[in-house]
Amino acid sequence: MLSRNDIIQWIKTSATLLAENKEYLTELDRAIGDADHGDNMDRGFKKALLQLDEVKDKDIGSILKSIGMALISSVGGAAGPLYGTFYMQAANAVAAKQELSDEEVVEFLQAGTTGLINRGKTKPGDKTIIDSLQPAIVTLKNNIQEGQELAEAMQGAVHRAEQGARETIPLVAKKGRASYLGERSVGHQDPGATSAYLLLKALLVTLESR
Amino acid sequence: MKKLMNKPDDVLRGQLDGLAKAHSDLLQVHFDPTYIYRSDAPVKNKVAVISGGGSGHEPLHGGYVGKGMLDAACPGEIFTSPTPDQMFEAAKKVHAGAGILNIVKNYTGDVMNFEMAADMARAEGMKVHNIIIDDDVAVKDSLYTAGRRGVGTTVLAEKIVGAAAEAGYELNNLADLCRKINLNGRSMGMALTPCITPGSGKPSFDLADDEIEIGIGIHGEPGVRRTNIKPADEIVEEMMLAIMENIEYTRTLREWSDNQNDWIDVEASDPPFNTGDNVIAFVNSMGGTPISELYGVYRKVAEICDEKGLKIVRKLIGPYITSIEMQGCSITLLKVDDEMIRLWDAPVKTPALKWGI
Ligand SMILES: Nc1ncnc2c1ncn2[C@@H]1O[C@H](COP(=O)(O)OP(=O)(O)O)[C@@H](O)[C@H]1O
Ligand SMILES: [Mg+2]
Repeated sequence: MLSRNDIIQWIKTSATLLAENKEYLTELDRAIGDADHGDNMDRGFKKALLQLDEVKDKDIGSILKSIGMALISSVGGAAGPLYGTFYMQAANAVAAKQELSDEEVVEFLQAGTTGLINRGKTKPGDKTIIDSLQPAIVTLKNNIQEGQELAEAMQGAVHRAEQGARETIPLVAKKGRASYLGERSVGHQDPGATSAYLLLKALLVTLESR
Repeated sequence: MKKLMNKPDDVLRGQLDGLAKAHSDLLQVHFDPTYIYRSDAPVKNKVAVISGGGSGHEPLHGGYVGKGMLDAACPGEIFTSPTPDQMFEAAKKVHAGAGILNIVKNYTGDVMNFEMAADMARAEGMKVHNIIIDDDVAVKDSLYTAGRRGVGTTVLAEKIVGAAAEAGYELNNLADLCRKINLNGRSMGMALTPCITPGSGKPSFDLADDEIEIGIGIHGEPGVRRTNIKPADEIVEEMMLAIMENIEYTRTLREWSDNQNDWIDVEASDPPFNTGDNVIAFVNSMGGTPISELYGVYRKVAEICDEKGLKIVRKLIGPYITSIEMQGCSITLLKVDDEMIRLWDAPVKTPALKWGI
């Protein structure tokens, strides 16, 4: 089960984790992109935090939507519309809800991921955000179906996301700026796959500390 | 790093303020969200033509706002795509009821942000088409990359499409024209030095003193190859060969379909350059290369066109799509028909391009 408060806490923890990893993400982006992914994400979640105050008493859909809008209007680059779409589509899946069952948690994360995939026209193995995000959501779904508790199921999912991010290292990038490097993108971990892992980790931290 | 600036954070704001002050007769700048718009917008019955992208390529796009070219331009942070709220607010400001044409350079961020902006504008009842420019032949395949990047042809498209909008073309015809320009334009760039973004203070890539990079993108994206500096004629020859090489380049571009009321993938291929074709030749400075060197480049471009039987009917030479202070140049050839030449010659009055008025 996930409450409105948990969602708000998730966003706050996301902002903290992204701020802590700002330099790290930007360094990853320097290798195969344009050295701004950490700054982009940090800027976006700082803006999302500012807007939380206005929606903190509203339903979960409205909270997620405000995060999506904040990211869309402040991140720029490729990550802005991608993560923005993630939260907007996630919001649509659980509009007007005050709390989410474990199945609904899977549902809203999957809806967001599907939205992101459609926006970016991405396939698994293209060395992008979805290489950590999508397998993690599948793991979460399986774990829940097997009867695991949400926090436990999430732990498996975060593990899978971390692994997915690491597994981008030998891949050749086929989307985004990194794709212009072709073979030269091999040997570097994808920044977007890494930030997606951090966002899921923030959810785990939230679940474990409540 | 030495730059004429105050603080790195307020570089953009200061430059836009200056643009607005210098050209208050043509344009104004709105902040929060940031966009540049024609002073006389919305222009009655005219399709509004909008473009935008990361800053650092000036005069693109803000310098092309004015009569006969763009109605609005949305500058992002330096080398970072602008956001949909900028494009949406700009659209509302300049929309005159006849629709919006967004001219979008093919970078993942720009394409997706403009798509979202188009969706937002459509939700408010505006008719919107996005046409993507992807003319950089340094990128060879579209299957395993984000595809060719949008470079020099963008400037020519903004001029020609802007003139057509001024002449009263309807939105669908304007979109067709812009698509045709994109398919008939090809570019190739090269760099002698990298550039330094004010925010990072570091060169965007490393290039040894005696090295050049052929096929560079306008943000310093890697090119086709690095080589030692050679005589200009040899460099131009390599670039021209790449531009005129008639390999089949097919890509799928996402466009809005009014019929299906959704985004659809459209497949498109470049027509070849043939003997007897009329072309506009555009020799562009990346920012740091002086015009004198561009004329040296143009001499060889003209010679090669002559040999290949391409007739240069119009030319544009100067810094029009730059990469801050990067030294280097790009060459664009655009195959044109009579309609495109007529629209090229039509009056234009913007900070960076002015004739016939
Ligand atoms: N089409 C896409 N689909 C999914 N993720 C993408 C796509 N294109 C790029 N990305 C992700 O975006 C990340 C880069 O984000 P960022 O640096 O913020 O944007 P930009 O590349 O515009 O500078 C990449 O590491 C990659 O994971
Ligand atoms: Mg980046």
